[in-house]
Amino acid sequence: MIFETIIGLEIHVELKTSSKMFCACSTQFGARPNTNTCPVCMGMPGGLPTLNQEAVRLALRAGRALNCEINRVSRFNRKNYFYPDLPKGYQITQSELPLCENGYLDIELDESEKTETETTLGKDAPSRCIKRIRIARIHLEEDAGKLIHPENQPVTLVDYNRAGIPLIEIVTCPEAISPKAAVEFLKELKSIMEYTEVSDCRMEQGSLRCDVNVSIRKKGDEKLGTKVEIKNLNSFKEIQKALEWEQLRQQKLLRTSLPEQIIPETRRWDDIRGITVPMRAKDGARLGCIAPEPDLPLLDLNDSSMLHFLEESLPELGAQKRNRFVSRYGLSRYEADILTKSKQLADYYEDVVNNGAHPKEAANWILVELLRLWRMSEHREIPVAGQSLAELIMLVDEGEISRNAGKTVLSEMYETGKDPRDIINQKGLAQINSENEIKKIVEAVLDQNKNAAADYKKGSTKAAGYLMGQIMKAGEGRVNPNIAREILEDRLNKL
Amino acid sequence: MELYKLTIHEARELLRKREISSRELTKSVLERIRATEGEIRSFISIDFNNALKQAERFDKMQKKSELHELPDLAGIPYGLKDNICTRNMRTTCASRIMEYFSPVYEGTVVKKLRDSHAVLIGKLNMDEFAIGSSGETSIFPHTRNPWSADRVPGGSSGGSAASVAADQLLFSLGSDTGGSIRQPSSFCGIVGMKPTFGAVSCFGLVPFATSLDQIGPLCKDVTDCAIVMNAITGFDARDKASAKIKHPDYTTFLIDDVSCMRIGFSQKWMAGNLNEDVRNAIEKAKAMFEDMGAVIEEVSLPHIEYAVPVYFLISSAEASYNLTGVDGIRMGYEKGAIPELDELAEYVGMHELGSAVKKRILLGNIALCSEHYETYYMKALKVRTLIKQDFAQAFEKLDLILSPTNPDTAFRFGEMQDNIVKMYEYDAFTVPVNLAGLPAMSIPCGFDSKGLPIGMQLIGKHFGEEALFRAAYTFEQNTDHHLKSPLLRHPQ
Repeated sequence: MIFETIIGLEIHVELKTSSKMFCACSTQFGARPNTNTCPVCMGMPGGLPTLNQEAVRLALRAGRALNCEINRVSRFNRKNYFYPDLPKGYQITQSELPLCENGYLDIELDESEKTETETTLGKDAPSRCIKRIRIARIHLEEDAGKLIHPENQPVTLVDYNRAGIPLIEIVTCPEAISPKAAVEFLKELKSIMEYTEVSDCRMEQGSLRCDVNVSIRKKGDEKLGTKVEIKNLNSFKEIQKALEWEQLRQQKLLRTSLPEQIIPETRRWDDIRGITVPMRAKDGARLGCIAPEPDLPLLDLNDSSMLHFLEESLPELGAQKRNRFVSRYGLSRYEADILTKSKQLADYYEDVVNNGAHPKEAANWILVELLRLWRMSEHREIPVAGQSLAELIMLVDEGEISRNAGKTVLSEMYETGKDPRDIINQKGLAQINSENEIKKIVEAVLDQNKNAAADYKKGSTKAAGYLMGQIMKAGEGRVNPNIAREILEDRLNKL
Repeated sequence: MELYKLTIHEARELLRKREISSRELTKSVLERIRATEGEIRSFISIDFNNALKQAERFDKMQKKSELHELPDLAGIPYGLKDNICTRNMRTTCASRIMEYFSPVYEGTVVKKLRDSHAVLIGKLNMDEFAIGSSGETSIFPHTRNPWSADRVPGGSSGGSAASVAADQLLFSLGSDTGGSIRQPSSFCGIVGMKPTFGAVSCFGLVPFATSLDQIGPLCKDVTDCAIVMNAITGFDARDKASAKIKHPDYTTFLIDDVSCMRIGFSQKWMAGNLNEDVRNAIEKAKAMFEDMGAVIEEVSLPHIEYAVPVYFLISSAEASYNLTGVDGIRMGYEKGAIPELDELAEYVGMHELGSAVKKRILLGNIALCSEHYETYYMKALKVRTLIKQDFAQAFEKLDLILSPTNPDTAFRFGEMQDNIVKMYEYDAFTVPVNLAGLPAMSIPCGFDSKGLPIGMQLIGKHFGEEALFRAAYTFEQNTDHHLKSPLLRHPQ
């Protein structure tokens, strides 16, 4: 039996606004518990919501970046349920008429992921194909408070700083894709949210959260299988593992003819045991009543104060940037891919190039040396200014220092933030280019290695290599090897 | 001189001429409250000391001529319905759950009145969460009608109406969701107004049904009503429903002339279940308007007969989710240790809410749950639109619509307990106004055979307060109903 896995995603993205969705409270992460609160976000009686325009702007940007249709008029609803993280007793959301609908996002997949629906890319990337993931809707809503369960204490604490933080929920249509492809989609989505500055997408801080829906059906079946939702997924890696595990669980049940054991339920990913466990059945008990929100008017984009949000031009997205890097800077697809994975890195690269570094060299230095240093350190920002790195690259290009010395200088720059020239002077790393000086070193080496010179005369090419090594050693690695080689060959031929 | 008997505009003149001080006026009012409160019971909280302090502060400012132009309400004692949040006084909504609730914020109207240097005396009794129309659902001793101690003052702004009628305050604010200002005003023989939806900010008003609620003034006469309107109206960024318009000076509408005004009236209403005395008083008022040059026209509002059930569905639905926030967790309510969350919700719901509130929450939940959403709630919203259209159509040719405020005068305590449907039907004249978001005013237009006041309702078009004030003022200038005061039992 051949199975097909259908995956739908619900992604909550916290919007990068400075104030909350319906009040003026700060959205700063990590503030003292319950300090970013007011009567409105605490749901005190008589408090009334006012809509954060910036949140609308960012949600619209997300919608446009994800190729959605924008509803000129959308509406807010109340979703009622009683839970301690929800001080008002209801969440303001857009369940009936969302801001954005019917979008899509194209992702690139390996050929092995290909099903009938994908198109193969041109000869440029023969092993890749494109898959379109449809997006059902994007709507605005507010976040709930955070429950904290202190260890060894029989209490639950509530922090309402998060209550009322603006969110968008992005809901994809169910698609026949692999767990790996689902994660590829999420990575691309995250990159877009970062590029458009809709969100900082810090999964560890919960500003990007994802629930997944999985069902399995026999290949060729029209009807979708029973859907299971999985929660508590805190990283892309966990999402892929959870999806793979759940896919296997459901396949096994179908194969052993126990499909009735797949019930519509919400399961929790247990990352320690690496399995999904039942959390609650989808019996609708927790689904509260939906009602219109009488405190907020319709969100009408024809309103003069909103119109300009629609005309705002979108920032360049990752995929566009990647293509531009290939065509403009002559980078390989692979290089462009890595450099544009995050907006921060892409911006840094362009900064280095704009400061005079050769584009290809700049890519080399960043991808090989800088990323290695960055991954080992705990810096969130790259601590080396783009201008400094450009200077270093030019110094190497012009032969002021050797490539090896350059690596040493970069490590030092990364540690201390010093200017490359200062480090070169301080450490005496400048390359020796003076013919006279190099001649002296060559003479000295030949003096000490008369046997090797004699071997060379007898036709041993190995001897030349050995002598070159001795010269470099004598010059403490600073000797310009090209000049040294010329002088050495000249001298040996004259022997 | 019995200063407490003054209207706002009379007191304002005396204050401006410095013939009286705010302290004297406030003292007189406080003494009046002391003497009559045992009988009327219109207050939930009174702050004697702070009231005097506010009055003295104003007197001092006036003495130093710090105030260039004296605001109209400066130094005037007033009260607030106890569902309008105040920072220095508890806000109970006459409910057990909020009995000790002391907000850290205040309503926009409270701030506006403080900026006008009005003197806040206290918080007034009401039906629990403004749900009720007799004042009998309050957890506090029920307010009595100043005209007859065995009768209700009406509701839900019962304390607001009774206090002004009994000269305990020069004016008060109430809230009107389906007639909660106009009906008690008519029962107590005073002027009560529900402004156009959005004219007054509702920030800081504990909501009953947000799309219907509106704060408004309860006063001794129409002139006072215009003065208070000037102070409390205006756009408020914190209330998305508040209208972004430039408000007029409402006192400029006080013109004694209704000639050529077109007033709509329906004979159908007079044929209905109406108290005979009310019918006569309204007929008389109608004839008076005609005599003064207004044109009375028959008005047809075909969907208005559905207004009461539509109102009950919508208001209950909104109340049911507005009250979800009143969970007894953050409002100073404490009943020992209740370990489980679900138990807490159940306990609070079962024991600490009155039956009228519980009925509304249940009705609202039934109307909103998915299997009834389309049949009840959505249908009610559609009929609401039709009622709005009825009014809009009628007002293409009319300046005003005239009706009784209530089919009857004030009833006895307990009289409606077993006849809730009848009590609901009493709202037939007032609820359509809230459904359509229109302005309306109840003004005294006579007394029944028992000596109880009768109210007449004038309904204006959307932000058509001008016609409303003009007609009400003209009527008042040519009658003396508003000058009569109840004879209270207490010795002078």
